[in-house]
Amino acid sequence: MAEASSHGLGGLKYDPAKRTRAPEWNVFFALVGIVLVFELLNRLQGGSFLFNMRDNVDAIFNQQRLDIMILQVAIIGIIALGVTQVIIIGGIDLSSGSVVGVTAMVTMSFAQTAMVNGNPNPKAIFGEWAMDLPVIVPIVIGLACGLIAGLINGLLVAYTKIPPFIATLGVMVSARGAAKWWSNGQPVSFPTESYGQLANGDLLGSVTFGLLSWDGQNPAVIFVVLAILFHVIMTYTLYGKRCYAIGSNEAAARMSGINVDRHKVLVYVIAGLLAAVAAVLLTSKNLTAQAGMGVMYELDAIAMAVIGGVSLAGGRGSIIGTVLGAAIFSVIISGFTSVKLDAYYQEMVKGAIIVGAVVLDQWRQRRSARS
Amino acid sequence: MSDIVLETRGLTKRYGGVHALEDADFVLRKGEHVAVVGDNGAGKSTFVRQVTAVEQRTAGEIIFDGQPVHFAGPLDARQAGIETVFQTLALADDLDVPSNLFLGREIFKWKLGPFSWLDRKTMRDRTLEALKTTAVKIPNVDNPIRNMSGGQRQCVSIARTAAFASKLVIMDEPTAALGVQETAQVENIIRGLKDRGVPLILISHNLRQVFDLVDRIVVFRRGRIVANLRRDQTDGNDIVSYITGVKGGAENAA
Repeated sequence: MAEASSHGLGGLKYDPAKRTRAPEWNVFFALVGIVLVFELLNRLQGGSFLFNMRDNVDAIFNQQRLDIMILQVAIIGIIALGVTQVIIIGGIDLSSGSVVGVTAMVTMSFAQTAMVNGNPNPKAIFGEWAMDLPVIVPIVIGLACGLIAGLINGLLVAYTKIPPFIATLGVMVSARGAAKWWSNGQPVSFPTESYGQLANGDLLGSVTFGLLSWDGQNPAVIFVVLAILFHVIMTYTLYGKRCYAIGSNEAAARMSGINVDRHKVLVYVIAGLLAAVAAVLLTSKNLTAQAGMGVMYELDAIAMAVIGGVSLAGGRGSIIGTVLGAAIFSVIISGFTSVKLDAYYQEMVKGAIIVGAVVLDQWRQRRSARS
Repeated sequence: MSDIVLETRGLTKRYGGVHALEDADFVLRKGEHVAVVGDNGAGKSTFVRQVTAVEQRTAGEIIFDGQPVHFAGPLDARQAGIETVFQTLALADDLDVPSNLFLGREIFKWKLGPFSWLDRKTMRDRTLEALKTTAVKIPNVDNPIRNMSGGQRQCVSIARTAAFASKLVIMDEPTAALGVQETAQVENIIRGLKDRGVPLILISHNLRQVFDLVDRIVVFRRGRIVANLRRDQTDGNDIVSYITGVKGGAENAA
């Protein structure tokens, strides 16, 4: 197609043969690079990061660290899957952390067991009404919480036309308040055994991966399944096409007959549902729910998406990018811990990374606008 | 069945006290290409916005395809067979060419509400076909149109219109922002529409283009139609006289 490059119409050069490499590859290379840097730093300190250095142990990976990282990626990553879709349509969701909080409280209340060690559950929210409900009940109620929160976000954004930033900020504050109000700020504990199995169990059974035995794998498995599901939806279905169209040019989408408002509501509802899934897994993992659960998760989730190349301007980004972004995010946090960087510094650096990722995004946009 | 595709009778639009369009009587016949010219603010775009139902008219009648119509919005108009290229590009920059062409009228492998599975191959094939029939050259249709030149994007926009055109095409200043080569390409698409017998309303400031392309020229001035002339019975000076108001009374060629 050599002759096609003569299509520099209007003085603008456009080389059709040059199909730009998918931006996800850059994120992937960054991930590998960051892992190697931390591995090196750890070796210099005489330790190890992800890879085991002791010859007497039959494992390639540093199991403990990897377990923590995978759990972290999984739970906040599930939220990030929804946040990614919201950002792609040109919105933002600041409420997801608080939605995790309120969903955790409500869900756990319905997951409580009636008897603890032969005595009535001392923490029972519903007092003498406490009973061991089938595990599906708290799950459905949890998802309903997420759905309602997402619906409120979506309706506010789509029909009041207030900026998504403000709408979801309001829901963020109110949902946190609801989480505290639910049990007067008291934690809710002692779930049924089957509820505890949700996050601590092993859907895949006993798995050894790279000589790594993998227990409590459910959050990660669910994360991967959801990531694949939404990758497929965003890539191959009308839903995904509409998300990108709306984020890209909302007026054009409207002109083309897309019911933009209804689609926005749907996207925020899905984001709410995913936050609820994260809340169920989080409470199941910890066997307790507190009103403060999920604080700042919204920002971590947004950071994962942005690091993964999802543009805050809307229209660009992908689920794969966010998954890689989540991995980078987690590697950086664990990496700082592994090199014994103080937790306060970690938060400061985390902020810098988010800002840095957005600056990079702006820079990429300007460059693509010029080319 | 008459050969009139579109007719407006007494079409009027007022914005508060501003009479943007007064009593416009307009007729478009099958296969006919008509240019709408006039100074800025003469009512050309207002006229188009009433016909395409981007705005709702204050008074008057629109008869499309033999039926009086009251479109609720541009979508209705499009479904009835009126395809419009607007002054502002209605394209999604982050989508590739097939996605833009089929935006809002996607083809599916199987339907499941919003989660319907897109038939990307068919849409891509039909896109290539549409680009071929409209003689639009886009090197790589799989790239997001963000990376394309203004002319190429306009061509995509026009190709979309031309590809789906069934009964009437309206173009509002399609070449206003384009270079020489790109303008030529757009004009070729318009000639292609003429050959295919698709009627067209072309709004343009470019009189050279108007005389090159259309059969009839309608001049708007201060919200009124002041002239309606066959191309071969008029010339540039004549048209300019009407546009500037040197000549005034309504003369009808039809």
